[in-house]
Amino acid sequence: MTTDNSSLTAEDSWHSLKQFTSARIALGRAGFSLPTKANLDFQLAHALARDAVNIPLDFGKLEQALNALGYKTLPLQTQAESHQIYLQRPDKGRLLNLASMESIQCATQQIEPPDIVVIVADGLSSNAIEKHAVQFLELLFPRLRRFGYLLSPIALVKYGRVAIGDPVAELFSARMCIVLIGERPGLSSPDSMGIYFTYQAKTGSTDADRNCISNIHKNGLSYGQALEKLLFLVSESDRLQFSGVHLKDETSHTSLDKRNKPTNFLLD
Amino acid sequence: MYKTQLDNVVYDFKTLRNLMAKASPARSGDYLAGLGAINNLERVAAQWVLADIPLQQFLNEALIPYEQDEVTRLIIDEHDETAFAAISHLTIGDFRNWLLSEQASTEALTQIAQGLTPEMAAAVSKIMRIQDLILVAKKCRVITRFRNTIGLKNRLSTRLQPNHPTDDPAGIAASLLDGLLYGSGDAVIGINPASDNLEATRVLIQMLHDIIERYQIPTQSCVLAHVTTTVKAIEQGAPVDLVFQSIAGTQKANNSFGINLNLLQEARQAALELNRGTIGTNCMYFETGQGSALSANAHGGVDQQTCEARAYAVARKFKPLLVNTVVGFIGPEYLYDGKQIIRAGLEDHFCGKLLGLPMGCDICYTNHAEADQDDMDMLLTQFAVAGGSFIMGVPGADDVMLNYQSTSFHDALYLRQVLGLRAAPEFEQWLQKHRIFGEENHLLPSGEVPDVFKPALQKLS
Repeated sequence: MTTDNSSLTAEDSWHSLKQFTSARIALGRAGFSLPTKANLDFQLAHALARDAVNIPLDFGKLEQALNALGYKTLPLQTQAESHQIYLQRPDKGRLLNLASMESIQCATQQIEPPDIVVIVADGLSSNAIEKHAVQFLELLFPRLRRFGYLLSPIALVKYGRVAIGDPVAELFSARMCIVLIGERPGLSSPDSMGIYFTYQAKTGSTDADRNCISNIHKNGLSYGQALEKLLFLVSESDRLQFSGVHLKDETSHTSLDKRNKPTNFLLD
Repeated sequence: MYKTQLDNVVYDFKTLRNLMAKASPARSGDYLAGLGAINNLERVAAQWVLADIPLQQFLNEALIPYEQDEVTRLIIDEHDETAFAAISHLTIGDFRNWLLSEQASTEALTQIAQGLTPEMAAAVSKIMRIQDLILVAKKCRVITRFRNTIGLKNRLSTRLQPNHPTDDPAGIAASLLDGLLYGSGDAVIGINPASDNLEATRVLIQMLHDIIERYQIPTQSCVLAHVTTTVKAIEQGAPVDLVFQSIAGTQKANNSFGINLNLLQEARQAALELNRGTIGTNCMYFETGQGSALSANAHGGVDQQTCEARAYAVARKFKPLLVNTVVGFIGPEYLYDGKQIIRAGLEDHFCGKLLGLPMGCDICYTNHAEADQDDMDMLLTQFAVAGGSFIMGVPGADDVMLNYQSTSFHDALYLRQVLGLRAAPEFEQWLQKHRIFGEENHLLPSGEVPDVFKPALQKLS
């Protein structure tokens, strides 16, 4: 089905607005309800997103790609033993399994305590990490090094939730913690990556201690925008010695925007 | 006190807190917390015991100690003995009977609201079926005002939610206009900002203000940033209508959100001083949802539905315009499937209304939950039959910023057709004036753009 019968449905005359957003606007109507095409479009997107949740992340491939760029990596796993358990037990996704704790302890014997630990976790979208993590880290690492920060090996965590950064940072005795994680897949963005930043992350840190940069994907934040926000959080929290709700992201809104002045057809 | 014997098994639930958790209809979050009944018989045993507990007992035995938790202190200190008097002799079981009886008229329910604690409401909901939750909630009437009137009989309002993944003003305006042209937006035009950036928040607040002014829309705006960000924006002169905050039912969970009661009080005061409501002063917008306390590891051994009801005590203190239970957003760890989401939405609406709150529901699910559009249609229909105050309006039900599925502009029109529910009167007049709705309060068949928006759209073609 590619089109609706025009004698049975009404189109909306404001199609031109679609240039501004990926949201499902100007869908038209059958009676006052959704026309068949729009209804099936939605069902198709839902089917794709449902399936995306269940695709596992290829950690081997991710590790190879990062190693090829010269980055050291450390594969870890949480206490969730399977994807099924991971989905139902978020508590297990916040704790490292025994072997992983030992791996970190072993790694820390060979290095100085790092300033920053960077963690990549699969989260709820393997697709997001596969598409964005390596490219983003390639931009991030040189900038952090230019600031003179000492970085840990990149921790790659299977079945990880956001708070998995806490025990990892604690075991590394790292001052700052950056978690890259696959966000829950949306209908229009099954590959959205989020970044969580915590200063002095430790077991028991709460969401109020973190700052979040979300929606990194092709219709969302660009790598450059996310990077500027993250670097702001790193340098501000390093100065103020805290992160979270009291550390306000004061990066200028418009400077992040490619255009000089945001336009709005309803007002201009 | 909390003992019974069923089918030759003796059950001793020891504490009221444990009894409440065991009596709760099954949901994944309570199992995650290790609180749920181990089998059906244990649950029913707990429900039998609970039915015999006097309402009064909830004033004697706090589920979270008074000394440890400011939400408990709020509940106990502000309990209205006079309002409670009419029902103080009842057990939970007979409270259910009373609620269903003709004695519980709209007036009687309004009179007892301040005499009820969240735990009493949660307790009785645990022994009620879906039809009971609907019947009693429909008898409750909670009316609030800012620039229009929310909660009148046979009315249903909608929050227009024009989110955009990067807060692009034109992207937001596109969804916003689409919503207005489908008759959405009388509860609030509310944006979830992609970041908690102060500057971005200010830009969005100003933009919504300008649009509401320019087109003279009888509604209110809200940018759903953290309360501390909104307060900063007010200090810098931003035209804030409603102050938003996510709230939960324990002090510890609220602390994990970076808030406490004092902070909410200060924020409300700051918004009141702006004096921007034209017909009322309800200037707070709260969101809640079962599982939020557990998610912050701050449930204190209390089941998630009771924690949720306790959040309503927090909401009630600040006289909100809107309270929204975001029922399926948190994910399957807390509400596993359509069945659990549907019941939770109706429980929340019932408890909130009984306690005197203007309850709406974000009827929603995520892509890792066992739920689909059919489940949402069930809750949508039942919520509207129960007299829900408002629902969300998201283009095509797909929120491209928050990555979940909510209700669409079309969904609200479906309810207006099958149940004859109308928008808030002030907003309805505006819709009719601009020929978006006809006199029957349906969209006009033409699909034409009203004159007032023609200039804006002509620039684009």
